[in-house]
Amino acid sequence: MRSITTPISDDLVRELKVGEPVLLSGIMVTGRDAAHKWLIETFIKKTREPKDGDLQVYEDLKRLLDGSIIYHCGPVVSGLDTKEYKFLAAGPTTSIREEPYQADVMKHFNVKGVIGKGGMGAKTLKGCQEGPFVYFHAIGGAASYIAQSVQKVLGVYKMEFGVPEAMWVIEVKDFPVVVTMDSHGGSQHAVIDEASRQVLDDLLAKPY
Amino acid sequence: MRDLTNEILELIRRTSSSLPNDVEERLRAAVEKEAPGSAARGALETILKNIELSRANSTPICQDTGTPIFHVYYPEVCCSTRKIREQIRAALAEATKRSYMRPNAVDAIYDNNTGDNLGGDDFPYIHFEEVEPDKPLVIELMLKGGGCENVGRQYSLPDNHLGAGRDMAGVRKVVLDAVQKAQGQGCAPGILGVAIGGNRGLSYTKSKEVLFDKLGTRNADPNLAELEERLTSEANQMGIGPMGFGGQTTVIDTKITGLHRLPASYFVSVSYMCWAYRRRKMTVWEDRVEYD
Repeated sequence: MRSITTPISDDLVRELKVGEPVLLSGIMVTGRDAAHKWLIETFIKKTREPKDGDLQVYEDLKRLLDGSIIYHCGPVVSGLDTKEYKFLAAGPTTSIREEPYQADVMKHFNVKGVIGKGGMGAKTLKGCQEGPFVYFHAIGGAASYIAQSVQKVLGVYKMEFGVPEAMWVIEVKDFPVVVTMDSHGGSQHAVIDEASRQVLDDLLAKPY
Repeated sequence: MRDLTNEILELIRRTSSSLPNDVEERLRAAVEKEAPGSAARGALETILKNIELSRANSTPICQDTGTPIFHVYYPEVCCSTRKIREQIRAALAEATKRSYMRPNAVDAIYDNNTGDNLGGDDFPYIHFEEVEPDKPLVIELMLKGGGCENVGRQYSLPDNHLGAGRDMAGVRKVVLDAVQKAQGQGCAPGILGVAIGGNRGLSYTKSKEVLFDKLGTRNADPNLAELEERLTSEANQMGIGPMGFGGQTTVIDTKITGLHRLPASYFVSVSYMCWAYRRRKMTVWEDRVEYD
């Protein structure tokens, strides 16, 4: 099985094809609903004013995300009182909610991979080709297991979003994922959706 | 009445970290149906490792520790529902502190997370029901994550698009449609809770309530029992598979409940439960508390 460590090069992204299992290592950042909306509105579309400290966070994120990965995850974290953070449970959350934002965020920050579950739609798939970047599918609900891949919590941004929605900077080792959307227009999700729709049509046409 | 806060805390710990045996058995059986080396098989193998690890370490099976849904069955004269509510809330806040639960209560208007899983009067959701005086106090807990909750659907029949009329043939059509639309996003393989009839709110509530029953128990009405089995089998023909990777097992079981409806309304509600089907029960006897 291929092992990949962040930062990831464009050439490596282009080598990855739908169906390939991969072990990911290195530094990545979690981000989900509140984070994507905030990034788009504050720094990309600029429809809202940055708040105190936002510009510094932006500079840090530009550095951290360049060539790296965004992980759709709202973890369970211990050590909140002492700030000695540890991920106890950290599986992926459903990615499709970030469909309006993902491609633009990836492009703006030069992010090379996104990890989530359930796959994403046409806009993100087009973004994968243009970026280029890939979509890695983690196993939904396998939270304790995946948390073991998280070696260190290096920091956290936007804690005011709450623990699940904050942007956690983590260092992972051998995080198991499968490529389900690649930079060549391939999407396992589009294939399964279409095939299952045809079976559904046949089933609906049958008498009761 | 006695203080049950610690016992309820234990119920929460068990529910969040230890998947019920009936669910685990079904997942183990599902592995064997997937081709060696396939993504579907890999997903199920990871799921099984995760189940063992969570149980051993008392860590959450899934980081989305879900909406806590408590059902309390209390015998006449035993208990104060007000005190039970207080104890459930105290136990939940403590469980959050101990990381058995993720802080999950977010104010929908102002977006702030309360940090302790307590939000307003309705988070957690607690349903009370009085039972006969000779019955013990029973508290059931279900944790239902947001991913699978988001793929639940409600249909108002007739549905012209699907050609679904107000009968069992129509019910079958809309439930299969719900499974196809969910794809892998509800963390397949899933379990379907279906309510037919009722008003919109009741229909959804009851579609979740059926999920408290053990897997494999069929509706007493043979017509519904047959439809339950047929829906599971037909859903699996769609090939969506674990995580939506493609594969043999998309739905593990289907449970249906029939309600009364108004002449004007015919709702079918589908609650999709992810594989991390977390539900546990505690029974309070004179001298001990029993968990299952």
